[in-house]
Amino acid sequence: MTTTQTGLGTYLERILKRHGRDSGRLVQILRDVQAEFGRVSAEAMAILAERLSLPIGDVESTRDFYSFLTSEPTGTYRILFSDNITDRMLGNQAIFDHMARRLGVSRGVVSADGLASLDYTSCTGMCDQGPAILVNGMAITSMTLRRADQICELVRSRVPVAEWPNEFFRVDHNIRRADMLLGTDFTPGSALRAAVAMGREAYLAEVKRSNIRGRGGAGFTTGVKWEAARNARGDARYVVCNADEGEPGTFKDRVLMQFYPERVFEGMALAAYVVGAKLGLVYLRGEYLYLKAPLEEKLSELRAARLLGDSILGVDGFDFDIEIHMGAGAYICGEETALIESLEGKPGRPRIRPPFPVSFGYRGQPTVVNNVETLCKATEIALHGGAWYEGFGTKQSTGTKILSVSGDVERPGIYEYPFGVRISQVLDDAGAKNPKAVQISGAAGQCLTTREFGRRIAFEDVPTAGAFMVFADHRDMFEVARNFAHFFQHESCGFCTPCRVGTRIQAGIMDKIAAGHGTQYEMNELQHLREVMRTASHCGLGQTAGGAIADTIAKFREDYEKRLARKDFEPAFDLDAALARAREITGRDDADSRMLSDA
Amino acid sequence: MNEYDKFSLDGRPIYFERGQSILEAALAAGVYIPNLCHHPEFKPHGSCKLCTVKVNGRFGSACTIKAMPGQEVASDTPELNGNRRVLLQMLFVEGNHFCPGCEKSGNCKLQALAYDIEMLTPHYRHFYPVREIDATHPDVLLDFNRCIMCELCVRASRDVDGKSVFALAGRGTASHVVVNSPSGKLGDTDFALTDKAASVCPVGAILSKRVGFAVPIGERQYDVDPISAQASARQAEEA
Repeated sequence: MTTTQTGLGTYLERILKRHGRDSGRLVQILRDVQAEFGRVSAEAMAILAERLSLPIGDVESTRDFYSFLTSEPTGTYRILFSDNITDRMLGNQAIFDHMARRLGVSRGVVSADGLASLDYTSCTGMCDQGPAILVNGMAITSMTLRRADQICELVRSRVPVAEWPNEFFRVDHNIRRADMLLGTDFTPGSALRAAVAMGREAYLAEVKRSNIRGRGGAGFTTGVKWEAARNARGDARYVVCNADEGEPGTFKDRVLMQFYPERVFEGMALAAYVVGAKLGLVYLRGEYLYLKAPLEEKLSELRAARLLGDSILGVDGFDFDIEIHMGAGAYICGEETALIESLEGKPGRPRIRPPFPVSFGYRGQPTVVNNVETLCKATEIALHGGAWYEGFGTKQSTGTKILSVSGDVERPGIYEYPFGVRISQVLDDAGAKNPKAVQISGAAGQCLTTREFGRRIAFEDVPTAGAFMVFADHRDMFEVARNFAHFFQHESCGFCTPCRVGTRIQAGIMDKIAAGHGTQYEMNELQHLREVMRTASHCGLGQTAGGAIADTIAKFREDYEKRLARKDFEPAFDLDAALARAREITGRDDADSRMLSDA
Repeated sequence: MNEYDKFSLDGRPIYFERGQSILEAALAAGVYIPNLCHHPEFKPHGSCKLCTVKVNGRFGSACTIKAMPGQEVASDTPELNGNRRVLLQMLFVEGNHFCPGCEKSGNCKLQALAYDIEMLTPHYRHFYPVREIDATHPDVLLDFNRCIMCELCVRASRDVDGKSVFALAGRGTASHVVVNSPSGKLGDTDFALTDKAASVCPVGAILSKRVGFAVPIGERQYDVDPISAQASARQAEEA
């Protein structure tokens, strides 16, 4: 970009105006700056800081926290490959290498002409139709070498992404099993009408009666959360929809946001009705940028139908509207207090809890944060009542649960079951081929083996936020765990010592084992590290970051042991490799310039 | 303080005032719980995790958990001290800490805790990060090699000095303290040696210029008494 300082100021002014010069919208502002200029430069930061009356360090702090915001220019075409283990199993690395060759770029380096940059990114939530990539933030699914060639051609001909073939951007719902939520037609407004007919108290009583628990993973009782937010003291109340679906292997919220948005928005309005919120915020992960425009259109329709806005359904004082906030590439923002920090324009570092968001949330006010799926389920309770709802699932886990099934199955996609379904049933329905393991609830979840396939999906047995990644018997579970270890290192927010440093040490040890330098010593180190991270970390990320490794060591030890050196210890430091630079400088490569291996 | 407001710390009764955290109450009672990011004048931060204790069997930070009557708190146990040793080792390998040449040696809380908890080696592979030194300010030297991300300077400058000279930027191990000026240099801020933020650093990342080893090594704060003994000494003085 050759924009001069004043030109830059004019452009930034336009962006600032769009966001009402609200420093609380800093993440949104920086996203727009990044989209416009391909980076957030030091000059841009200085201007933004001045005009938003923020210390420049605070702007820098936010910019540097999010993966999609950069200080240096990215390529005009910024291509990011989703790097979940499921993408790897579908061959993303070969396609990446192919594309890098064709475009003449290396990983993380912008091509000399500034045209393209290529890198990996954390799971983009397209595990059932991978390998997936993002081009300038837009999702492209089902990558093949052929498609990679087509994209290289489009890049070289400088065709704007908006003019690329539509089929590249096709995202299927892949709904394979629909139950009470996915299989039932919904008339917008019907749930709200039912709730309003009952009245606030009666509807809340139904929600509590249903015993519905949060679908984001923690399983907190929704009715209790709503009641607490309603009862908390505050000047304003907020309803936040957590659509920051970042857990590797999860993609059901993407399907709900794309194909069932009326349910989601109406669920938010129901929560608002109960707690008395005027504003709802959807925190949509940055990877789902392609959903933003259609969702905003949907919001306009709902406003036109008087299902959002002032005096909804003619109820005096029932004023509620919804804004969509975009994430910018940070898994940790799925944690509700980190999400709120991000909504406030700050880096997504989890807060100290208590206080919980129900009493001290968005802008310090009582805030309900619910998962996308939970909000959808709230509409069912309005329509059919708590007793009816309670009739599905198990006693402690009522209703149905949507699973995102991916990996080694014939039919990857979305499966809705009443809670209590056995793992084996899901495997059969999805057409799993010789499964040896299932990773439940993502990288942060647990790894189950064939012996455990009789267990049930339920809060009281195998709890899950929805991810269900299947690994056939030829898969190497060490590589699965190593992929997760790098994911956690990349996504640790850096706030607390055990997670910030521990995830990096952990990934380093996994790499050492992968390189064939690991011994029994490293196996013990991993387990010790896991205990420190689990017991001392500030939030769930660090507490669970060693779980997949501990599980796979316990259950698939052979996948580790086949790599271990038969020694008590091998140093990580390789003296011969360290001499490589000296050899290069001196132009030597004779025997005396090498460390002889003692083998 | 009333008779019922007490909890048990490693079997000893600790009386507390309502609103105090477990850490505050313990320190006030002269019982030391290791800590680095805590400072009595600032709100609890809870990031270093050195003060991790077990409260009624559950792990948590003593600095952020409110003291409650009847709590059973375990702190000085082989398990918890073992974990603290690991946390200290993590901090040592994450930065570049060369104690023998550091002006803070002997007054450094990180070093003092490492001695006290008997951290004999860094254990993990050093990261050897490339971090900058900022000597642009006339009176103060910033050496980020020693920074442990406790954010005490960030908090002091924002909450006490009203200057917001520092901020924590980046993510994960790329986290780093930045200076709030367009150049990113301390010399271009209104930072002063008299600022609270100039004196809160528990390690040697923020140092006063032209002061070098005025007190010889061996006679410094933690050379004389271990850090764990200072809470009880302070309490004895006050009593």
